[in-house]
Amino acid sequence: MRRIASILLLIVVAIGISLSLAKIPFGATKTKVGRRYIDEGIRETGATNIVTSVVVNYRGFDTLGEVTVLFIAAIGLGAVLAGSAREKIRKTEPASLVLSTGCRLLFPLILLFGAYIFIHGHLTPGGGFQGGAIIASGFLLIYLGCRERRINRIASNLAESLGGLAFVVIGLLGISLGGYFLSNFLPKGEPNALLSAGIIPIIYVVVGVKVGSELASIIDNLIEES
Amino acid sequence: MIVFVSFLVVVMLVGAVAACVFRDLLSAVIAAALVSLIAAILFYLLQAPDVAMAEAAIGAALTAAIFIIAIRRTKRNEE
Repeated sequence: MRRIASILLLIVVAIGISLSLAKIPFGATKTKVGRRYIDEGIRETGATNIVTSVVVNYRGFDTLGEVTVLFIAAIGLGAVLAGSAREKIRKTEPASLVLSTGCRLLFPLILLFGAYIFIHGHLTPGGGFQGGAIIASGFLLIYLGCRERRINRIASNLAESLGGLAFVVIGLLGISLGGYFLSNFLPKGEPNALLSAGIIPIIYVVVGVKVGSELASIIDNLIEES
Repeated sequence: MIVFVSFLVVVMLVGAVAACVFRDLLSAVIAAALVSLIAAILFYLLQAPDVAMAEAAIGAALTAAIFIIAIRRTKRNEE
């Protein structure tokens, strides 16, 4: 009986969703704002990557919110796991020579790739979040391959806090110099040059360092626990 | 091209069902990571490389690692 009722309910929900989605013309532009970003984005922000110009410039305040959410998640995890069996050092079997050497060889290259991704966020695909996640996956590789290595917790916390602080300070400088929060007060420069698009590359470097150190410290917290 | 995309979508669906069905949680996590990886490839093919990068790094690598660490702390098999 319950099974039949749930199947009937599913059918009703499916019909409702398909009826409401059938009205939406997918692929057709309904709003003018997307076309404006594509047409005017490079001229207004100086960033050739339109996604970056939306994420950091037009919707920069939302990005600050996202960064804050990640910050709170990392703090919460640290608070939940704090103080439980941190001091006992467990004997872990060291990884084989091939594995640890390979990890050591790959680690700086992954760091370099992540830094490239967030430094060139305004020119090529990618940005602070993607570059930070790549850097964190490099730290994960080190944790798996060279088990005795640990990141410096103070340094990672410092990078995390300074990153968030720098983002807010740049936003506040925007108020005093440009009139509103996160206004692009630096010169836009030539499109396609590395030093262009005003504050966008600075913010993405800051976000990249912050996200990378945050995700790395999340992994560090979890691995220390297990 | 359409054949390749259809193949990817079919593999992705198989991976998603497998992630739900597997009793061995490690296999389920790997199936879920496979879904993320194929989603990243599909995002790239749909000309969204920004999202593809985030999906590949976070969905396929970091989430799977966090789940595997959690499995190491708890039990490997579902009851």
